Amino acid sequence: MTSRVPAVEPGGLAGHLDGFVRAVRDAGVPVGISQAVDAAEILTVVDLLDREQLRHGLAAVLLQRAAQRPTYDVLFDLWWPLSDRPPVPEDDRDEAPGDGGGEADCTLDLPGSAEDLAELMRAELLRLLLDGDEEALRRLARAAVERLGRGQPSPSGQSFFSYRVMRALSPDTLVARLLSGLLAEGDRGGLAEQVARQTLRERLAAFRAAVEAEVRRRTAAEKGRDKLAKSAVRPMADQVDFLRAQAADLAELRRAVAPLARRLAVRLSARRRLAREGRLDFRKTVRASLGTGGVPVVTHHRSRTVHKPELVVLCDVSGSVAGFSHFTLMLTQALREHFTGVRAFAFVDSTDEVTRFFRPGADVVDAVQRIGREADVVAFDGHSDYGNAFEVFADRWATAVGPRTSLLVLGDGRTNYRPPGLPVLADLVRRSRSAHWLNPEPQRMWGSGDSAADRYGEVIDMVECRNATQLAEFVTTL
Amino acid sequence: MPGPQSPQFSSVADVAERLAAAGYLPDAQISTTVFLADRLGKPVLVEGPAGTGKTELAKALATATGSELIRLQCYEGLDEARALYEWNYKKQLLRIQASQGTDGADWDTVHDDIFGEEFLLSRPLLTAIRRTEPTVLLIDETDKADVEVEALLLEVLSDFQVTIPELGTITAVRRPMVVLTSNATRELSEALKRRCLYLALDYPSAEREREIVLSRVPGLAPGLADQLVRTVRALRALELKKSPSISETLDWAQTLLELGLDTLDESAMRSTLGVILKHASDQTRAAAELRLN
Repeated sequence: MTSRVPAVEPGGLAGHLDGFVRAVRDAGVPVGISQAVDAAEILTVVDLLDREQLRHGLAAVLLQRAAQRPTYDVLFDLWWPLSDRPPVPEDDRDEAPGDGGGEADCTLDLPGSAEDLAELMRAELLRLLLDGDEEALRRLARAAVERLGRGQPSPSGQSFFSYRVMRALSPDTLVARLLSGLLAEGDRGGLAEQVARQTLRERLAAFRAAVEAEVRRRTAAEKGRDKLAKSAVRPMADQVDFLRAQAADLAELRRAVAPLARRLAVRLSARRRLAREGRLDFRKTVRASLGTGGVPVVTHHRSRTVHKPELVVLCDVSGSVAGFSHFTLMLTQALREHFTGVRAFAFVDSTDEVTRFFRPGADVVDAVQRIGREADVVAFDGHSDYGNAFEVFADRWATAVGPRTSLLVLGDGRTNYRPPGLPVLADLVRRSRSAHWLNPEPQRMWGSGDSAADRYGEVIDMVECRNATQLAEFVTTL
Repeated sequence: MPGPQSPQFSSVADVAERLAAAGYLPDAQISTTVFLADRLGKPVLVEGPAGTGKTELAKALATATGSELIRLQCYEGLDEARALYEWNYKKQLLRIQASQGTDGADWDTVHDDIFGEEFLLSRPLLTAIRRTEPTVLLIDETDKADVEVEALLLEVLSDFQVTIPELGTITAVRRPMVVLTSNATRELSEALKRRCLYLALDYPSAEREREIVLSRVPGLAPGLADQLVRTVRALRALELKKSPSISETLDWAQTLLELGLDTLDESAMRSTLGVILKHASDQTRAAAELRLN
């Protein structure tokens, strides 16, 4: 069967696959040599005329985590675009009407002016969104990019823009009409409306994604895919900078952080379970062996005094690190569900205990909002003041940090040129069992401007923690 | 390495058809991966949230291919003796004691004797390898097992052979189809992942979920199924602690059917919310977001 590879497209296919594997690797998915070999084997087994089979088949050998899939899909569409397919026999086309791409798919006739065209497409979009046929929506997206997405032709070639399509069709303004189409008279306001809204959000997102994919495809065809591969691929959720995360990334990130806490909890509790059996209790073992004729069949052990991990989290919740503190508080919350000895403190320019907002079962988003409203974290002007915050903490909760406590400070260490309170922090570190500082800024920025991170780094172990991957790494060493 | 054996499936479409006949509706990704696993003789690693049909896939695969399902449930502390094989030492002891009475047996015969086939307790992995009939081996919740078990699996999954010091190496007569499942509570080792085909199962598309509901709960009206699936999807968008899974959607459909409800309105949902949401905070949140009160 292996001989089929060169037979399909002499020399080209293997090289093409190699380029694709390289692109996947460049996007941050670790693909080993054996996987690349497996990928070549896939080509001999799947039906090469069926694009989806190829997509899923290669994904099965190249990927190792679900989070890598969106990146992979973007690259796959660039390397195996619809129009690059080998000619399909007529009978196959009937089975997959959506795969053709181009003029034949559009159900609309070409009217004269641009406004008419946009209006007609808008009507069609409205109908399809109500209908919910995803394949038809994708086809409309392709037609819309073709007709409405063209930018000014330039010497470097024709360019296409998704914003042009979205502006012409403005699908978001259709929502009111769509809702009335989906809902009966009496359904307004309640459950049915919320459900309908969610359904529409999904369909609109699918349409937008289809438009963007089509724009990418056309741009790649015009300008070459290598140029596009780097810019088109968004970083994977666990590589997104905490400080730069956008609203769309946030939900994705929260999903990445949640299992992290569970993983940590599993690890810690497993370690404690394993440590339960202590030294051999000689006396008890000998006693018990009398029953079996002096042979120590069952050994008895002294139970070890279990060291309960105590964790104190001291978290900067000022505006500049809001995104970051959100995740660390989520981690705190998850830990609190598994361990009793977790205390959380939040500060901006003063410190307050926030453990009470993280009752087991409480909602994290809710808790973070309540910290902003109810906790006493701002004493003066609402700008970070690490010196004062540390002093208040050491003063009011002097007993919180003891020889069994692990101290975790979260913040960027930007003091607004106020006193950093180094001696207080050094004292806290000395009193604790271990102490770490997670800093969401890249290491090269430490100490620049008003950042006192380098000076803090002299008294406490400072760790760069910019994304979920680094957070996971830190968590496993804890 | 066992020689090439005839594949179970002729094409991807064949996979989809026969899995559907076994009561499992696969999407293109699932059927392609299963087809490849069959053709390439590689294990499939299925990863995804709880209740998305990972174990069901293995069961349906066994039904579709007429194989026997052998299941190894992983847990913390699972070891060789539970996963692979064990010597039946009680029986061995009896054998030794029995030979002491009769004078004939010398040490060598007894020694060879007690490490024979008769005294071997075969556990799931060895059983699966030694079978001559078609077999589906399900290694369930691989992430729950300790890291050492993965090393054990490596030999079994890459060469389909097991080495027993006293008996020698046992090679599979007929390669079983292997399905590993994982909830991703911990990252499995790269070495294990590399030997497997990776299949990430997520919540299905609206259309597929509706089909699943209708095929599993046949009495349900199509209109209600549609409403149900859309509501479940709205719940999944809420960032709950535990999003409702397919199995919970099916439970819910069954509940509505039993209660004789023909539409899913606020009061019906309030009274049955416990079927799909199992955390108090999730319930409060859903009730607030979906305006149930």
